[in-house]
Amino acid sequence: MIERTPVLNALTHLILITGLVLVLLPFVIVLVAATKDLQGVNQVPMSLIPGRHLGENLAAAWDRADFGLKLVNSLVVAAGVTAGKIVLAALSAFSIVFFRYRARMLVFWLIFTTLMLPLEVRIVPTYAIAANALAPLQSVLDLTGLSDAVAWATDIQIHLEWNLLNSYTGLILPLIATATGTFLYRQFFLTVPDELLEASKMDGAGAMRFFVEILVPLSRTNMLALAAILFVYSWNQYLWPLLVTTDQSFSTAVMQLKRMIPTFQGGLPDWNVAMAATLIVMVPPLLVVALMQRWFVRGLIATEK
Amino acid sequence: MAHIAIRGVRKSYGKTPVVHGVDLDLPSGTFAVILGPSGCGKSTLLRMIAGLEEITAGEIAIGGRAVNRLEPRERGCAMVFQNYALYPHMTVAQNMGYALKVAGVPKAERMAKVREVAKLVGLEDFLDRKPAALSGGQRQRVAMGRAIIREPQVFLFDEPLSNLDAKLRVQMRVEIRRLHRRLGATSVFVTHDQVEAMTLADVLIVMNKGVVEQIGRPAEIYNHPRTRFVGSFIGSPAMNFIEGRIFAPGLFGFDETKQIAIDPAYGGRFVERSAALGIRPEAVEIVPVDLPDALAATVDFVEELGAGRVVHTDIDGLSFAVATGGEAEFTPGQPIGLRLPPSQLHFFDPHTGLRLDAGLPAEPRLAVATAA
Repeated sequence: MIERTPVLNALTHLILITGLVLVLLPFVIVLVAATKDLQGVNQVPMSLIPGRHLGENLAAAWDRADFGLKLVNSLVVAAGVTAGKIVLAALSAFSIVFFRYRARMLVFWLIFTTLMLPLEVRIVPTYAIAANALAPLQSVLDLTGLSDAVAWATDIQIHLEWNLLNSYTGLILPLIATATGTFLYRQFFLTVPDELLEASKMDGAGAMRFFVEILVPLSRTNMLALAAILFVYSWNQYLWPLLVTTDQSFSTAVMQLKRMIPTFQGGLPDWNVAMAATLIVMVPPLLVVALMQRWFVRGLIATEK
Repeated sequence: MAHIAIRGVRKSYGKTPVVHGVDLDLPSGTFAVILGPSGCGKSTLLRMIAGLEEITAGEIAIGGRAVNRLEPRERGCAMVFQNYALYPHMTVAQNMGYALKVAGVPKAERMAKVREVAKLVGLEDFLDRKPAALSGGQRQRVAMGRAIIREPQVFLFDEPLSNLDAKLRVQMRVEIRRLHRRLGATSVFVTHDQVEAMTLADVLIVMNKGVVEQIGRPAEIYNHPRTRFVGSFIGSPAMNFIEGRIFAPGLFGFDETKQIAIDPAYGGRFVERSAALGIRPEAVEIVPVDLPDALAATVDFVEELGAGRVVHTDIDGLSFAVATGGEAEFTPGQPIGLRLPPSQLHFFDPHTGLRLDAGLPAEPRLAVATAA
């Protein structure tokens, strides 16, 4: 529908521009504040003319937050979660869409229900599991009386423990298991014509070969889009890393940000350094989105598929 | 090259039967065409041969080996799909070579083979293109190349030409026939297009509602349809049918007043029997309306075909098509006479649809023709 109504056009543009300003203004303030010195940042109201202290603020923030290590931690976690989720999502969707087995619908609905139980809802049990990943197995043994039986027969008390706290595994694994990626892949796999599967069968390819050599290359565009979203999602995780790490050497960049915020119990209100730290933490997701965007736009333009 | 034997094969989806017991024998090197309207089970039958559908009952043997439990790749069949099913992310060369890659053929050998097959199907200059950059006919060739490269014992075609435009379809039809003569593999070709079926087939298999209606050479099926369905399905425009009764030896009547002479062999057990008379539009002769044994009809409308025309007429409310090559002009409403030559008449049982044949041996259940 093409309408030529100058007044409406002007109005819609006005709304768009207002929205853009609302979204960008905080970023402008962060950027400007990061360039001020202590005095400049504490003026009321703060002037929006940039200062000349960006370099020293960045350096101070880098040192104080130990970003050398924390950024690497964040990167490992974000990359791990992204890769893990994509692999898990692609494989589980592959199973649900392309195989006919008895429990297929059950599995599908089980995965579906996890959509309603995000990490924040099940944080206590998840923490309990992270504290001892073998606890469920232990309770099965206890409940069935197997551990008692073993204790009676051999005098050995079974006590299983696998602690995931303060480890990359503990940071990554619980964030991997969610259903969103599975659903995205499922939707994509459903659009793949059956004939492709049949042609590959006739060509002699088995299930995994079909998955790796045909489905995965075809879903490249989706995968990159998903990767961009997931990277940003896991980079921004705050609650879970806060819970699962007590050891400073495993804390992530986003957690450090919290520590950079000046408190009222004494100390300098050096918001300029905090804002500089914010800038540093913002860079990697921005880069990923910028880079991936170019890729998946290219994927959309190519006429294949 | 392999003999295909199909014995009592049935297929049901849940409780819905779609193929009700098919028996077929296709000698090595035969080009068999399965023809039928959509939903008649022809594609299902083909897919059962390929191994893409499970066989509910019965047995399929390829080259003397029962294949019911074998995976598609173990059956030695190659298949060309209706929408080609090319891998969109692979080049033409990769598409054609994929089966060899899966089979673990070394790259150099694979590429040599791909080039050889590409030459055969006329795609040497397109090896590096992706399917999206090819025309419909070229994609079709890639699909054929992909099937040929494995040197299969059996070729299966699932309506491969139905997505092409009319001109290309004719051209590809010729190429498929040529290719078959060159490779000699047993081929099964499924289509709903009767022209395609008639021109390609050594053996034509007409299916309807999950059963085989007739098996035979195309000319045999055209000239001696075993059932009313076959008569009406083969031939264009479709065969005319007149419901009536054989009143006396050599006399068929629409009713008490309108009667025509037929082959006197239709006597004895056929007398006093209701029957459906069938005659092809091209067998009907247009005669002056006052000729003694002419059927009186009025012209309804005329379809111009270029090489001839189809005159749709009306015999007391019964529409009746006549194909004529003559130059005579007809105007709607004009009375004309029709003559139905006795030798060109077919009679079918009005209930079972089976052919009533006087003085002719019953059609063999399994007519088998061999390739020239």
